[in-house]
Amino acid sequence: MKIHQISLFAENKPGHIAAPARLLAKGGIDIRSLYLADTQHYGILRMIVSDWQKAAGILEAHRFVAKVTEVLAVEVPDRPGGLADVLEALEGTGINIEYMYAFPVRGDEAILIFRFADPDAAIAQLQTAGINLLASEELLRK
Amino acid sequence: MDSHQREHASALLTEDEAVATAAMDAGVKLGAGYPGAPSTEIQETAATNCHPASVPDYIPLPELRELQLRRLQTVVALAWRQVELFRTRLAERGLTPEDIRSLEDIAKLPFTVKSDLRDTYPFGLFASSMKDVVRLHASSGTTGKPIVVAYTKEDVEVWTSVMVRCLAGCGLHRGDIVQNAYGYGLFTGGLGAHYGAEALGAAVVPTSGGNADRQIMLMKDFGVTAMCCTPTYFLHLIDRAAELGVDMKELSLRVGVFGAEPWTESMRRHIENMSGVEAFDIYGLSEIIGPGVGCECRRHQGLHIFEDHFYPEIVDPATGEPLPEGTEGELVLTTLSKQAMPMIRYRTRDITMILPGRCACGRTLRRIGRIGRRSDDMLIIRGVNVFPSQVESALLEIEGTLPNYQILLTSEQGLDQMEVQIEVTAQMSNDKIGALQELHQRIQGALDHVLGIRVRVALVEPHSLERSEGKAKRVIDRRAT
Repeated sequence: MKIHQISLFAENKPGHIAAPARLLAKGGIDIRSLYLADTQHYGILRMIVSDWQKAAGILEAHRFVAKVTEVLAVEVPDRPGGLADVLEALEGTGINIEYMYAFPVRGDEAILIFRFADPDAAIAQLQTAGINLLASEELLRK
Repeated sequence: MDSHQREHASALLTEDEAVATAAMDAGVKLGAGYPGAPSTEIQETAATNCHPASVPDYIPLPELRELQLRRLQTVVALAWRQVELFRTRLAERGLTPEDIRSLEDIAKLPFTVKSDLRDTYPFGLFASSMKDVVRLHASSGTTGKPIVVAYTKEDVEVWTSVMVRCLAGCGLHRGDIVQNAYGYGLFTGGLGAHYGAEALGAAVVPTSGGNADRQIMLMKDFGVTAMCCTPTYFLHLIDRAAELGVDMKELSLRVGVFGAEPWTESMRRHIENMSGVEAFDIYGLSEIIGPGVGCECRRHQGLHIFEDHFYPEIVDPATGEPLPEGTEGELVLTTLSKQAMPMIRYRTRDITMILPGRCACGRTLRRIGRIGRRSDDMLIIRGVNVFPSQVESALLEIEGTLPNYQILLTSEQGLDQMEVQIEVTAQMSNDKIGALQELHQRIQGALDHVLGIRVRVALVEPHSLERSEGKAKRVIDRRAT
């Protein structure tokens, strides 16, 4: 159920994302999703890629510090209320979302990526609520 | 040696005896810190760690000051007569040796700095002719020419006597087996410690540096009781001994005399816990004499300077103004009895202070605090003195390890700006912005607190900071000069 996400520290300067992107392209790595969290001076580039172990290896070999964390992917219908339904399932449970981001797939569905403080508790809660959690292979097929 | 020099040489030479006699006459309590020590009788008693060589350490203050003044006047006159650079500098200030009438007058004299030794390479600061010089030592000279130092027979004797006083102060005496792993050769460490330990009556094992396995074997097989080496080398021996299955605490080793580099109290605790030795800090520099300028006694409350031979001052590293006791600044030393190469007001670049009050051991010799940093490294930011080592210790405290960092100095509208750039390590790296910001703030807080000025903190990408020959370049100063 858990998806490996790669986070990369990047200074907030022109060209600083180009180098890792080029490296991953050369390594034949497909970036499935990408999210940039930024501050004035630096940012964190979060990626879900086709082969996280290979990607982390490539980045580390080129002296980037790649942090691998586990996130959850939830598939929802891409319509009003798609997100609200999921969040409702978590309400009142004390399960804390560290951060989340979303991206659409094939026009009628969307993928929500969640980083939970306690992913195991979140998995149990979401499954009880009948929410579809994607496994890694499923996500990459989308 | 001309008749003048001979006269001065004998004046300098006979004084140790005079000191000892004066001290005895004054009823100096030898080893007053140790119960049962004889008061007026000089006895070599292993049980009380008393050694006749330590007598000058307890000379009454008025006599010590008088002796220092007399020696200062003599050495200034010697340098003035024999060393052209010194004579020229005095002339520029309209001074002659006669202007030194009190110890305070030392502040009138010009400083000597390391580059003076390089500029006059090799023999330009010698005050003796080569027929009176019996030894030459030289620094490794990592940048350009080395610096050269010279000793007459009398200088070697003084050097030996202060080293004996160091080792006696560490509780060593005849019967001890001293393994000396300071490097023998051009470096003053090896021979300095060797002569001192031998003169003390100890048995010396002159291993010099290197070959840790053999060092440990000899330590064990010979029943070595004291080790002289750099603290980092001893740490290496501790680690290696553990690998070889040798428990240092089981050995006869009880004293470590560590110097030639700065080391910390936490290193001392680690060494003492791991090896069971009592660890002493010893201080010296080749320009002054080599090891033996100062050493801790068993109280471990600072290092006693053998100030009957080396006169200590603390000055403001920026202005050169003398600073009072208890105030931190740069240590300046004057050799009071050196003949071959007198050093007048030598800027050591070592930052320390003269500790107020008298040591509980009873020695009248003043003490300096342990040296942790050098003024070479000092930065002046908006009038505040800042050391890279302070930045280092703040970072170390936060992270537990030291990330690669760089200090960037710029000038904005005439105001100094200091930015500390820190490479994000794997340990610091995070997928959460909040965690990075929190780390950023913690570093900011620690640096503000330690430095006392507001600095900018920037987290930068790994391996983005400039390095030269694999070593990190710590300070980049882009301020207009």
